Amino acid sequence: MTTPQHSAVRARSAPPAGGTPAIEFVGVNKNYLSHGETVPAVKRTDLAIGQGEFFSLLGPSGCGKTTTMRMIAGFEEPTAGKVFLDGNDVTNVSANKRDVNMVFQSYALFPHLNTYQNVAFGLERKKVAKSEISRRVAEILEIVSLTGMEKRSPREMSGGQQQRVALARALVNRPRALLLDEPLGALDLKLRQQMQIELKRIQREVGITFVYVTHDQGEALTMSDRIAVMNAGVIEQLGSPREIYERPASRFVAGFIGTSNIVDGHVDRVEGGLAVLSYTAQDRVVVPAAPSVRQGDRLEVSIRPEKIDMHRGVPPVQATGGSVLSGTVTEVVYHGTSTNYTVATAAGADFTVFDQNASNADDLADRGDRVYLTWAPQHSYMIGD
Amino acid sequence: MTASTLQRPPASTEDPAALKPKRRITGAGLLHVYTWVIIGWLILPIAVMIAFGFNDTPGRYNQTWNGFTLKWYGRLFEYPDLTSALITSIVIAVVSSLLAAALGTGIGYALGRYRFTGSGSLNLVMFATMSSPELIMGASLLSLFVSAGTGLGPVTITIAHVMFSISFVAVVVRSRVLTLDRSIEEAAYDLGATAWTTFWKVTFPIILPAVFSGVLLAFALSIDDFIVTAFTAGTTKTFPLWIWGATRVGIPPQVNVMGTLIFAVGVLGAVIANVRSRQRKRD
Repeated sequence: MTTPQHSAVRARSAPPAGGTPAIEFVGVNKNYLSHGETVPAVKRTDLAIGQGEFFSLLGPSGCGKTTTMRMIAGFEEPTAGKVFLDGNDVTNVSANKRDVNMVFQSYALFPHLNTYQNVAFGLERKKVAKSEISRRVAEILEIVSLTGMEKRSPREMSGGQQQRVALARALVNRPRALLLDEPLGALDLKLRQQMQIELKRIQREVGITFVYVTHDQGEALTMSDRIAVMNAGVIEQLGSPREIYERPASRFVAGFIGTSNIVDGHVDRVEGGLAVLSYTAQDRVVVPAAPSVRQGDRLEVSIRPEKIDMHRGVPPVQATGGSVLSGTVTEVVYHGTSTNYTVATAAGADFTVFDQNASNADDLADRGDRVYLTWAPQHSYMIGD
Repeated sequence: MTASTLQRPPASTEDPAALKPKRRITGAGLLHVYTWVIIGWLILPIAVMIAFGFNDTPGRYNQTWNGFTLKWYGRLFEYPDLTSALITSIVIAVVSSLLAAALGTGIGYALGRYRFTGSGSLNLVMFATMSSPELIMGASLLSLFVSAGTGLGPVTITIAHVMFSISFVAVVVRSRVLTLDRSIEEAAYDLGATAWTTFWKVTFPIILPAVFSGVLLAFALSIDDFIVTAFTAGTTKTFPLWIWGATRVGIPPQVNVMGTLIFAVGVLGAVIANVRSRQRKRD
């Protein structure tokens, strides 16, 4: 069986772009002292984020993603290990001297300053010439579509506009990396989706590395080049959105990203690179197996709900060579474009099945119906492979 | 579910909808009366003070109404010792409230922002000084100054006033700092500001209204303080001390005029503070 330890090793894969990483963690960990006890927030982590990457730290609250980001920003010092920006050791460099800027969850705009003054704040600290400041502020306000809002104070602006000010205030300094701490959390759904697209566009335009902290898997999947899924202070998996969705490295990742059906069982036989887990004479799960898998091994297999075909009453053709599980429908939830079924299967696990409501409305199964679930071998995935 | 929402609960025989507004009307009427009683109670002494500043009284006694005049406003500085007592009081109030503001803002900020060794005790001591009887504070300050061998005068009065008003400033500033989003200061720091710049460019402007109300409070406490001042004044005469001394020979109407002017300044300050905080709150 695979352990998180194993996947942490996998996580050390280099970023896709070559050269010096924009951000690098070497053996970083962070402990907090709480009532005299040491609480690990981030366990030993190695991480390399490439130049110009849109990189997401994804995980539930308390998983260490925010601590990781704050160590990049310089607000937290690692208990051990080193942090590099563009190859330079910045472990002991304070936040106000680091060439990275942050967009805070609450935006943290200066309430007594207007848009222009907010955005110019960082450049003024760097003693940039006045004419240069006004040129760069105008330029960045255009990129975030806030031209004409210079004189507005934060309280005269909507949440989405404040968000853009916060973004402009950070980007105007042309940082090595922009850190975003759940920046869309306070916006309503529609605005959030709009800002996701905007953020991607802005990132393409400025070409700066974005490190994006979120607990929203949908957000991470749509926006990121790569995602690090964190849990309990450990990066459980690091990879492209597709890799993480299609090939979750652990049970946690499979459950956290989208909906997964997870079933376990012992390998009955291995043939042609496929492991077969049998439950009854006809109920079986077929999964592409790693070369190391042997007969009798216990495996965890994940299957995405949209990959499964559901057949009512009619036993499917055995010749497909794929997985077959019989079961009983226990729940039917109609979602408009699809119907979600919960099926108690012969493998012992409850399965979720998404069925597109494509044509035949009378095709709907009812609660209590006896059904057969089938899917192709390549849609089974061995967790931790 | 549907049945229970449609049917009236059998226990309620009276219609609650009919009862409620009636009760609200009598309640509102009572509240009206009560409000005006309280306003009258609070404002009456001040109204009397202002009115007797316009009293055409023949001598120094100013206790019966003799008709309207504006002459006391013209002869405001007729008693040089009264004038100098007022000036002493104003100087002490300005100096002590500014000192209290500077020190109290620091304490309030630290208490609101950080947990440090002694912060709990500091909180306790602050509330203790605010609630301890002035008489005891005054008496012990007198013993302190006498045993320390410092002469009594404007300086000791100022020290005493700073001492008791510091806590008020600190408490007001602390409660403001507690509601101040920590990440605003982090943002300033993140954008390259030093701790010093962060405080003066970001934190201080944001907490300024609280500091301002702290200063007003300290000023108000200082300018009319009698008990502590009486113990620590020595031969110095402040405005309240002069009035107290004058009670035996009669308080001239000029005192009412000065009181009226001080009150007017106080009201003005309160109005400004109020308007500013409203502007701040408005979306």
